[in-house]
Amino acid sequence: MISLTSPVRTRAHDWPAGAKLVGLCLASVLLFSLESPLAQLVALVVTGVLYALGGGVFLRTGGKRLWVLWPFVLVVAVWHLVTGEMQSGVVILMRMITSVALANLVTMTSRLTDMIDVFRRLMTPLRALGINTRSIEIAIAMVIRLVPTLILKGRHVVDAWRARSKSKGNWRVVLPLAIMAIDDADHMAAALKARGGLVSRSGRD
Amino acid sequence: MEKNVTLVALFAALIAVLGLVPQIMLGFGVPITAQSLGVMLCGTVLGAKRGGLAVLLFVVLVALGLPLLSGGRGGLGVFSAPSAGFVIGFPFAAFVTGLVTEKLRSGNLALVAGAAAIVGGVVVLYAFGIVGFSLIAQKTLAEATMVMGVFIPGDLIKAIIAGVLTAALYKARPASVLSRA
Repeated sequence: MISLTSPVRTRAHDWPAGAKLVGLCLASVLLFSLESPLAQLVALVVTGVLYALGGGVFLRTGGKRLWVLWPFVLVVAVWHLVTGEMQSGVVILMRMITSVALANLVTMTSRLTDMIDVFRRLMTPLRALGINTRSIEIAIAMVIRLVPTLILKGRHVVDAWRARSKSKGNWRVVLPLAIMAIDDADHMAAALKARGGLVSRSGRD
Repeated sequence: MEKNVTLVALFAALIAVLGLVPQIMLGFGVPITAQSLGVMLCGTVLGAKRGGLAVLLFVVLVALGLPLLSGGRGGLGVFSAPSAGFVIGFPFAAFVTGLVTEKLRSGNLALVAGAAAIVGGVVVLYAFGIVGFSLIAQKTLAEATMVMGVFIPGDLIKAIIAGVLTAALYKARPASVLSRA
């Protein structure tokens, strides 16, 4: 499964993911406390420069990922054009774009394994409470492995539908897909049990 | 134990697939994402606790940087966008959907699950989504409700579909419909 980490290596790839996350939190709090358009513009430009430091391909990839915001930008822009509150509209839009761009920047420069390590550390208090976090880690690995498999099965179901019907396939294909998922879960549970199961090991971790 | 974990993982994967395989979501002539249908099914099929966990697992994987949201979106930016409330509300929506399905044990499962999906997957989910939009786009709750309200009819239809699918799944694999097991 392909993650959203940028294939273009930047210096920030080597920085600890935990530190980048803390930095992102601080930056987001700061962004939401700044009300002046000038400060928001500076933040937007600085963020743009951070992307540019990663090179042209990195900058373009980052821009493409921001494109999903356009419906919201449109709604807010039209809203403020109609109400005439231009300054607040500009601040809201710049803040929206900068905060999403900064968050994407952390995702683009952090490998999936590093993020999973941070998540594992964040779960430490759960372990202290006696919760078996090993099953959570196994579940994470299973989803990453299963999504491509299930997508393939989904395509087969849709193809089978198309072979019999003129319509493109509708919600009815969800039923066989869900049944396949349940049956896969049964088989995997049996396989896990056959390899020692989840409960027996948790005591030693 | 093992089956609970594998069911939770498989249903987390199912939510992703319902958002990624676009052919599945074409119904009624309008391309609507089936992702929230997956969230509702987690609640109606797996029940409150496990359904909520499955969706939580899905949201964690999105945060870790996997492009599992509809349209291949993912990563931390999802949680700063104006639609962040919906993603954060997903696990709560599944939990409440499961809770209602578990509490209403008597009665037609399709009706019960459909009603549960409306309470959890529409009322609860939109409460989160509307608050999120109002915070990030700095609109009042009434204004945010006006903007987001246009998507509610589509989700009501999905809730009804979730009810029908849950009843059909109960017929096909009764032991795995944990909300009734």
